[in-house]
Amino acid sequence: MIGSAEVQAPTVALACSGVKVAFKGREVLGGVDLELGIGEWLGLIGPNGAGKSTLLSAIAGLVSYDGAVALSDGRAPSARDLSLVPQTPIWPSGMTVAEYVLLGRTAHLSWLASESRSDRRVVASVLRRLNLERFADRMVTNLSGGEAQRVVLARALAQQTRILLLDEPTSALDLGHQSAVLELVDELRRSDGLTVIAAMHDLSTAARFADRLVLINEGRLVADGEPGSVLDAGLLSSVYATQLTVRRLDSEIVVLPAPRTHRNRLDDQTADRRSNNNAHDGIRQEST
Amino acid sequence: MANRLDDGTPLPDESGVEWATDRAFRLSAAVVLSAFAVLAAIGVLSATSGAAGLPFAGVMEAIAAQLPALGVESSLSARQESILFQIRLPRLVLGMLVGGSLGMAGAAYQGVFRNPLADPYLLGVSAGAGFGAVLAIGFGLDLGWGPFGAVPAAAFIGAMVAVSASAAIARSSGSAPATLLLGGIAMAALFAAAQTYALQQLSETRAREVLSWLFGQLNTSGWDQILILGPYVLVCGLFLMTYRRHLDVLRVGDDEARALGLKPSRVRFGIIAASSLLTAAAVSVSGLIAFVGLVVPHIVRILVGHSYRVIVPLSALMGAAFLAFVDVGARTIVAPSELPIGVITSFVGAPFFVFVLWRGDATTT
Repeated sequence: MIGSAEVQAPTVALACSGVKVAFKGREVLGGVDLELGIGEWLGLIGPNGAGKSTLLSAIAGLVSYDGAVALSDGRAPSARDLSLVPQTPIWPSGMTVAEYVLLGRTAHLSWLASESRSDRRVVASVLRRLNLERFADRMVTNLSGGEAQRVVLARALAQQTRILLLDEPTSALDLGHQSAVLELVDELRRSDGLTVIAAMHDLSTAARFADRLVLINEGRLVADGEPGSVLDAGLLSSVYATQLTVRRLDSEIVVLPAPRTHRNRLDDQTADRRSNNNAHDGIRQEST
Repeated sequence: MANRLDDGTPLPDESGVEWATDRAFRLSAAVVLSAFAVLAAIGVLSATSGAAGLPFAGVMEAIAAQLPALGVESSLSARQESILFQIRLPRLVLGMLVGGSLGMAGAAYQGVFRNPLADPYLLGVSAGAGFGAVLAIGFGLDLGWGPFGAVPAAAFIGAMVAVSASAAIARSSGSAPATLLLGGIAMAALFAAAQTYALQQLSETRAREVLSWLFGQLNTSGWDQILILGPYVLVCGLFLMTYRRHLDVLRVGDDEARALGLKPSRVRFGIIAASSLLTAAAVSVSGLIAFVGLVVPHIVRILVGHSYRVIVPLSALMGAAFLAFVDVGARTIVAPSELPIGVITSFVGAPFFVFVLWRGDATTT
């Protein structure tokens, strides 16, 4: 009995096949195929404008796309299946943290109903779990960056979905808060069996948290695999159009820009600036 | 509450979370009761003030006497009773229904457009409805269908054309709150011109009749117009009360709302249609009364907070109270003649609009 049940249990949480997105005739995603295992943390990496956020938006159903996004049972995911932590959330004025998190229950309410006692209990327990008790009554516009990030995460958890989409969730936070938030996500993933897809800016952080990385460039999947295999200096340098080095420190993988030469630092600051600009231009050209 | 300090800060004990989540988005009974108390007080003020002074006790007795079970006898004369029941009360109730409709529609428009400057008048909805109504009243245009009378039907179509056009103009030219209003101004100007042209085609007496209606008035005798307006208020009011929850979700923007499981365009269409029908019905019976939908939700927001679950019903109650109060002024300031009520709301509303802009509230919903 044990054997057959375990063999037949689905292992795929979500599958994208041939997902294409175009904005005003310009192709932003050109046919992405991706399978996501249950309980996996998938990190989406790639330069600005590569299509990471667009892929997340397509999976969340926020943009129209060609191709298919399906759960293990073949259904297209809804807001009951996946929740999204946006990159730059909109903070309504005069709304308390408790109210904001209660919005996470929207997908669980019928059109005519409003939140029941149990919806409110879900919110209270999520707030407690993320150590937000003290903030429950505070206005969302009066939070620090780290608190705010935890509040958006709380709203996503109140949605009680199996899949969590994070769009560069920590780009506005300092290093300490960054890893605190990501540790929290990881803890929740392990305890609740959540599947996480996160667009991540910082490659070293991505390597630390994700089981698997997908490198996207110009709307296409360039590499897919364990962090150790995807974070290859040659590949990254060509995709990011700048010289990058990859170091392994104990079990961690660290991606660094190429060391600045002595000459650059001391002798010729203008040339240095010029070469930096060129590097930026390179990325910008990729992204447009 | 036991788990709060006197200054309102929560004690760091666990029940604070329950308290806050229980209170989230809730309309407190005390606030609703206070709103009804204000409404009742203004009702009494309105019923007892006017050229034929009716005594407070007499009015109360006459109303109580309508319920035979109470066994109260009216001390008013027959003439006083007919003033009360055929003139004062119908006008009071009509004023409350119109004010409540405009207040509620204004609150709903503000939520749907995420724009605190939205108001049936400023969006051009009233002008569109007015033009439709002029065609129906002055020229006998009959688009009535099923339960919809000719005037409300024409007004509704005008209202929907105006609000759709304003929204389209706003969408195509940026997201600043002001662009929606610029669209509204363009629509209002267009419909006003069309209206003037239409009025010119009418005979002088007919035109004067239509014009006096257009200024915004609550001159009625009997309960006819209340019977026209009542069903719209009931149906649209219930609709907006039911779906006002979605307006709070829309406050995080369309993308996040969609990720939370809402269908923003569907919600928006339903709420705009209900608010426009409500405005059209109000305009059909009372002409153009400006600024109620701007002033009232704003004051409610300042007094009780930003949640539309609170703002929508309280804007209905306070809109009713506001217009009933203004009507007392319309009847008494230049007694024995009357001021058009729309003139007074504009005198109050236009400076208030400037005040809102000056305070910088224009960007926060």
